[in-house]
Amino acid sequence: MQLTKQELLSMYRRMLTIRNFEEGLTAFSAQGLVPGTGHVSIGEEAVAVGACTALAEKDYVISTHRAHGHVLAKGAEVKIILAEVLAKATGCTGGKGGSMHLSDFDRNILGTNGIVGGGITIAGGVGMAIKMRQTGQVCLCFFGDGAANRGTFHEGLNLAAVWKVPTVYVCTNNQYGMSMPQCRACANVDISARAVSYDMPGYRVDGTDVIAVYEAVKGAAERARRGEGPSLVEAVAYRLRGHSMRMDQIPGGNAYRPEGEVDEWAATRDPIPIFKNKLKELGYLDDNAAAQIEAECKKEFEQASEFALNSPEPKLESAFEWIYTQEGVVQWPSVR
Amino acid sequence: MAQRQISFREAISEAIREEMARDERVFLMGEDVGVLGGAFASTKGIYQQFGEERVKDTPISETAIIGFALGAAMAGMRPIAEIMRVDWMTICMDEIVNQTAKMHYMTGGRPEVAMVIRASSEGGIGLGAQHSQSFETWFVHVPGLKVVIPSTPYDAKGLLKAAIRDPDPVIFLESGILYGVSGPVPAEDYIVPLGKADVKREGKDVTVVAWGTLLPKTLNAAQTLAGEGIEAEVIDSRSLRPLDIDTILASVRKTGKLVVAHEAMKTCGVGAEIAALVQEKAFDHLDAPIQRVATPDVIIPVNRTLERFVLPQEDNVIAAVKSIV
Repeated sequence: MQLTKQELLSMYRRMLTIRNFEEGLTAFSAQGLVPGTGHVSIGEEAVAVGACTALAEKDYVISTHRAHGHVLAKGAEVKIILAEVLAKATGCTGGKGGSMHLSDFDRNILGTNGIVGGGITIAGGVGMAIKMRQTGQVCLCFFGDGAANRGTFHEGLNLAAVWKVPTVYVCTNNQYGMSMPQCRACANVDISARAVSYDMPGYRVDGTDVIAVYEAVKGAAERARRGEGPSLVEAVAYRLRGHSMRMDQIPGGNAYRPEGEVDEWAATRDPIPIFKNKLKELGYLDDNAAAQIEAECKKEFEQASEFALNSPEPKLESAFEWIYTQEGVVQWPSVR
Repeated sequence: MAQRQISFREAISEAIREEMARDERVFLMGEDVGVLGGAFASTKGIYQQFGEERVKDTPISETAIIGFALGAAMAGMRPIAEIMRVDWMTICMDEIVNQTAKMHYMTGGRPEVAMVIRASSEGGIGLGAQHSQSFETWFVHVPGLKVVIPSTPYDAKGLLKAAIRDPDPVIFLESGILYGVSGPVPAEDYIVPLGKADVKREGKDVTVVAWGTLLPKTLNAAQTLAGEGIEAEVIDSRSLRPLDIDTILASVRKTGKLVVAHEAMKTCGVGAEIAALVQEKAFDHLDAPIQRVATPDVIIPVNRTLERFVLPQEDNVIAAVKSIV
């Protein structure tokens, strides 16, 4: 299926939105405005946008700790997600979830997850429910090369395939699990090859090429929608920043990579300039139009920042909310 | 009309069938729950009645069982997931503790995580170190979960029906040794609400709080004690989270003495929490130190004599009562 000029430009805009968000967030983190930590996906935007563009609005997304891009690509509001990462009352979980626990149920983003590999079985269950309820949806599950070594990967993909659930597994292979290079963590670095064991299609695509990701996920989603079961798409990209914003602020916290590796990827394989050049080649974008999109994305982030920074702190009593669905199961302690 | 008598395992099976018939979102999944009807025959015939779409035999993948059940719950279903033995819930503790218990909270209170995780629990049938444990404390320690342990067929059916209808995740522990025990269970629809203890025997001299296999043992002990002129009030704390501390406190205010009896390990068992709560809230009413009857901190042996020796029995309850009355 051919993407229109409008769709392609919208994908470019979305990738820029994510990049702006995470660069802005990194600056906020350096100022001490982000509690805890946050994991940016700079260099991996093509995977988020390519995959989510291949979905319908009604489709579900389950994601990981490195998920700002995924939720923004699926349509979550920049200001609400930013407020959550800054732990403000106006965030999607009232500032209680933070960067690793983002969701937007109105856009079928069922949640991101602080446990590596935690979402893989959950996404299979969402697929199972879709199948039982015959709603024609698809559940897309983002995870990383690190999660591929968890037991949940094996149990989850096997059962998803046995039951032919409409779940699409998208592995962003960013080549590092915290400090551990993938080549030292996987006996076979080709994660897509494992699909054979689960009798499902496996695809390995260039994760810096947004259209390649889109096409692979589109095919997998269509297959899932036809009732033919799950697929595994591995998108090979590169984590241009450290494991987390916190680690990047620790001296030596990013010193495990060979000298020059980050610079080389940044210079040659950054998905945003790659896509920008492609759009120019296609005649869909010129310098003026690009500058306008950049200015608009910048403004969007500025407005979101203003909203988030000026949002109130959560009320103390909110610490006791949402632990159970009913009120009163957890009460304010009389003695603490 | 004479009360109908059915076994504990039949009560479990009836509860599941009735709730599956009542609500099409309810379904059952786990190892050997379908064609076989459960390792302990507690889901017999459900597969034949409802078919494989709603009674799902799973591979030996505890992590996937709970993860899939959770995902299904988040997408609007009401799964009943069975982990054959509570001992193996250690295999899927991330899915239970970090995922299921926290999902409603972590998603801003949006989805109901209406799921029940059933497992057989406790020992007494010679299954040894990895098939005999009692882990209710582990789950009571986790906000977001509810924890239920029935001790009679009536409570098993009523509590399971309540757990299935509940909008929050419920850990439902079934004492393996009680599956064959029969008792009165009405044929009509009823539930036993979560969070309510039950005074199974009234008495004025001492309060004994127990659950699971220790409940019938405690009732027998109370019978023996009555012959010696000691009237024990026996409270079945069948819901451990939320805990019905008010019923326990009301009884202690009457009797002035408390024994807590459970099969789980003594150290940090739920008995310790109940003892702490009672001394916080009713210290002035206590006439004697609170006694705990529990398994000492050992690994459960297979040998019958050894197993019987380490697991709390009627005699241990009697001795504990006599030490303070």
